[in-house]
Amino acid sequence: MIQGFIAVYLREMIIVKRRFKRLVASMAVSPLLYLLAFSYAMGGEVKFDGFTYTEFLIPGLVAMSSMIQSFAIATDINVARFYWGIFEEFQAAPIRNAAYVAGEVLAGMSRALIAIVVILLLGLAFGVNLDYGPLLWLAALLNSFVFASLAVALAMLVRSHADQSLLTSFVITPMAFLGGTFFPVERLPDWAESILFFLPLTHASESIRAVAFGRVPDWRAYAVLAGVGLLCFLLALKTVNKARD
Amino acid sequence: MIQIQNLQKSYGKTRALAGIDLRVGQGELFAYLGPNGAGKTTTIRILTGLTQLTGGTALLNAHDIRTRSRAAKRQCGLVPQQINLDGELTVRENLDIHGRLFAMPGVTRKQRILELLDYVELTERAENLVKQLSGGLKRRVLIARALLHHPRILFLDEPTVGLDADIRRRIWGLIKKIQQDGTTIFLTTHYIEEAEFLADRVAFLDEGRIVALDRPDRLIAELGGWAVDQLADSGMQTRYYPDREAAREAMAGRDTGFTLRRVNLEDVYLAQTGKKVQ
Repeated sequence: MIQGFIAVYLREMIIVKRRFKRLVASMAVSPLLYLLAFSYAMGGEVKFDGFTYTEFLIPGLVAMSSMIQSFAIATDINVARFYWGIFEEFQAAPIRNAAYVAGEVLAGMSRALIAIVVILLLGLAFGVNLDYGPLLWLAALLNSFVFASLAVALAMLVRSHADQSLLTSFVITPMAFLGGTFFPVERLPDWAESILFFLPLTHASESIRAVAFGRVPDWRAYAVLAGVGLLCFLLALKTVNKARD
Repeated sequence: MIQIQNLQKSYGKTRALAGIDLRVGQGELFAYLGPNGAGKTTTIRILTGLTQLTGGTALLNAHDIRTRSRAAKRQCGLVPQQINLDGELTVRENLDIHGRLFAMPGVTRKQRILELLDYVELTERAENLVKQLSGGLKRRVLIARALLHHPRILFLDEPTVGLDADIRRRIWGLIKKIQQDGTTIFLTTHYIEEAEFLADRVAFLDEGRIVALDRPDRLIAELGGWAVDQLADSGMQTRYYPDREAAREAMAGRDTGFTLRRVNLEDVYLAQTGKKVQ
């Protein structure tokens, strides 16, 4: 089990190492544009609870990037599956589905971790220095656990690259904009807030922002992220066999 | 040893395998021939755990592929038809990942990689990215990878497809060498001369069924040793004769318009199914 898990994870990390500069550049582009656009457009006039908009944005970008980068493992899995045929190498090996899924999920979480560091460094460049304590990292890691597990599950179910990009368009993009990245969810009407409560990203953004602003985060948000993550992980385990035919 | 009983596979209403019975002995080189869509690759995919069977049983060295799938997988190495190496990894990294997937301990794995790189004459290419290699070199990496964990059964699915004749013959030498080391080899190919040169026994598959199975020399002898191809209004006609003299006698009085040649496995297949091996 452990050797299989290490093999799957190691393969992904070798690829990350080989593409590191390109990967970091791609992780920085969108957040940099958001920071430039929103920070300069809004200046210091827009404030939330005494924090500038740039300060408000950084924790949201940490949550959003950890989601996007962990979910991006689905694209790599599908390139390996449909283009290189590598997935068959894993299927023909005597490893458990759990080893495969755990290796890919951890690879997704590792990518998310790099993305978080990139955002925090960008924040520093924009003069933002908040509280980046352990609970912030825990929330971000749980968030990436949710989306990396979801990514593996969906990557096993799709039948082509085109299906994969549809999923990104319909699942990830709306969540990125509605999950508390760019505005406080509590400013929305009650009905909208109730709907957004069901998005894992909302819980991640709020927890990360609470820690970054020096407040005590709601432990229930962590429980939701851990629970949803576990469900997605179990779903991923189930779907590995579906990819076989 | 491979034991297959009534192996079946359906994709919805389409039947890919209609009940295959087969037994391949330890150390045997067995060729599995047939036209595109006959079920050759499907059989290999089932036996190597890439596709689930619909019915029947299959044992690899007494391990049931359904109930003891991981033990069965440990028995086999696979050289797939499609090159499925990781282009962004080096040759050595590809082999290393494979060794880890088969839980090979570090020292053994590193040693075995060196041995196999030497075996397939790729030592100097070990640190090259796979995407920089030619098709023939990639095929050799696939063979090294398949052999890395000391499989007792090696599945070769069209191992020389698309390769130049000289590289193909080089790979044949490698396959013979692997068999001499005691490995059971299950080969699919559409190069009929490949099967004739390499195989101890061949099976012809058509529409998911085995239509002929025996040693190549026996199958050829059953049809007759010699063939005469003759151009007729309806196309090429082939007649078979037990020996050269009988064939010459039949063609007596005709100087042109026919070709006298030895019977080969393709004739056997044509006679069985009326189709050409592809």
